[in-house]
Amino acid sequence: MQRSDYLLRKIGFAIATLLVVVIFNFFLFRILPGDPVKLIIHSPRMTREAQERIRVTFGLDRPIWLDVEALKTGDLPRVFDTQFTAYVRNLLHGDLGISFATRRDVVDLLRERLWRTVVLIILGEVLAIFFGIALGMLAAWRRGSKLDTGILLWGLFTWAMPTFFFGIILILLTRGILPVGGMSTPGLRPDDGWVFWKDVGRHLILPTLTLTLLYMSEYMLIMRSSVVEVLSEDYILTAKAKGLSTFDIFRRHALKNSMLPMVTIIALTLGYTVGGAIQVETVFSWPGIGRLMFEAVQKRDYPVLQGSFLLLAVSVILANLLADLLYTFLDPRVKPD
Amino acid sequence: MDQFKKIWQTFISKPMAVVGALMLLVVLIMALFAPWLAPYDPQEHIDVSISDILAPPDAEHLLGRDDAGKDVLSSLIFGARVSLIVGFVSSFFSMFIGTTVGLAAGYYGGRVSNVLMRFTDFLMVIPDLPLMLVIISVWGRGLWKIILVISILYWTYTARLVRSQVLSIKERQFVLRARALGASNFRIIIRHILPQVLPLIIAQAVLDISSSIIAESTLSFLGLGDPMLVSWGMMLNFAFERAVSRMAWWFLLPPGFAIVWVSLAIILIGNALEEIVNPRLKTHHLFNPRNMVSLLMGKPPLVEPEPTPEVGT
Repeated sequence: MQRSDYLLRKIGFAIATLLVVVIFNFFLFRILPGDPVKLIIHSPRMTREAQERIRVTFGLDRPIWLDVEALKTGDLPRVFDTQFTAYVRNLLHGDLGISFATRRDVVDLLRERLWRTVVLIILGEVLAIFFGIALGMLAAWRRGSKLDTGILLWGLFTWAMPTFFFGIILILLTRGILPVGGMSTPGLRPDDGWVFWKDVGRHLILPTLTLTLLYMSEYMLIMRSSVVEVLSEDYILTAKAKGLSTFDIFRRHALKNSMLPMVTIIALTLGYTVGGAIQVETVFSWPGIGRLMFEAVQKRDYPVLQGSFLLLAVSVILANLLADLLYTFLDPRVKPD
Repeated sequence: MDQFKKIWQTFISKPMAVVGALMLLVVLIMALFAPWLAPYDPQEHIDVSISDILAPPDAEHLLGRDDAGKDVLSSLIFGARVSLIVGFVSSFFSMFIGTTVGLAAGYYGGRVSNVLMRFTDFLMVIPDLPLMLVIISVWGRGLWKIILVISILYWTYTARLVRSQVLSIKERQFVLRARALGASNFRIIIRHILPQVLPLIIAQAVLDISSSIIAESTLSFLGLGDPMLVSWGMMLNFAFERAVSRMAWWFLLPPGFAIVWVSLAIILIGNALEEIVNPRLKTHHLFNPRNMVSLLMGKPPLVEPEPTPEVGT
């Protein structure tokens, strides 16, 4: 397969997916039964005029998709003056609306919290990948040993374990030793410099540990099985006959051959990891996007919910695209032009 | 039927499978006989004194009391019903959707396959949990809503699995022969192809039960469970808000370990079934990710399937 063909196909798919997500996000809040004004109005005592004003302010008096009346009269510019075009226009201007609960700009809320989630996910993923690869190779090397069985049992156990419950267990186990909630001890501020960041680091330990211990098992099992497969190949026998050390065999053959499935799995499980981050942030009150979503669910804060979902979905789609691009450089079967 | 008898015999010869089946049996009994097994009725009115709130286990309340002074053990026993209903029903629905999509895409190929598989890819890319959170909070909380949301999101892997199997089966002798004899497409799919894939589909559906149960408990934990039912996830939701600071482990741990228990049971059964019906996986352990990767990447399986006895011809 030509690299450019492959890339075009992947980019096309990513764009189509993004479009569907944007359209879905719009319709989800409109096709479901009920008047959207109800989501905003809390008191039945509000006058009809005030309700009408809200309708106009939020553009809810306009048709949803296409102005059929205007189409009939041939008034073309008005045909597209609808809720959907307003939504797309706002989106392109980076406007995701205002939070019902805090009356703050949703984009500001998301911007403030995004990096915290990114730090958590990257830290958890990198450690999970590192320990997954190391333990997987160890298990394959000592196949059938107690260590191997232990690693497999851990894989089985984590498969059945809800992420949030594992977080709760860690809280119960480490109570009094490690901070279990929030991002920093109240009272400390970024101005405190080193002391503050050390404190943030301590607060990061448990959430990261939860993500790492649960999400490394997938990588561990993949690494194990691909190394087991590689070790049975004839060229490993040749390598041994040449006098290569075990370390070199693992480094030059086993590791290299397992990188391709690794990249795929990392990309595929990313959506799953994002779900895990939501749970971990909720359990440990880590003030990221996930915790924001949890709070928005409790308060029925729809603009925040919608914005967070859009941000997470778009990030995962883009990360998948990135993995696909990386794949074209790693897989020798994809020919460069 | 012979085929299923053989599967059953192999199944009960695997110790892990038997352990899983027994573990599941315990939960099934709990769910079926909940009103007789539970020492108290979770719905009944009780008078609570302050010392009853989160009271530790004693002879009358084997797992102590919850934040409302109610018996934890009784809620735990009734909670088994919610988990099992959500698990079995969602997995049945997603099996149905996944099988239909996979059969159509694999058999008809071409444009049909393209459209269906791109849609499958689309659902696979979207992060599940945020999507479920958004849908349920807008749509409203309810048992059936949770079941539907889980089933319309969790069929994708089954669809891919079925499609990859159908691709090789439809080129086999007995299918070509049936077509030459003038059998309709629908008849070929239902009578000749489906029976070949069915054991694999069932094994996958069993594994899906555990992911559905975990999904339901996660939604309930995040506060989106059915407000009329006490599920294990819901218990954890209450316990997490109120029992952590009091270290009331008797309220926190049982529902969580109940979820782990039932999903572990189902995973053990599902893995054993998968190993039996798909011997080329030859896993010896949990699952073979190599095959999973090739499946998810849309390439045909690495190894040709072994010929299985022809059914329905």
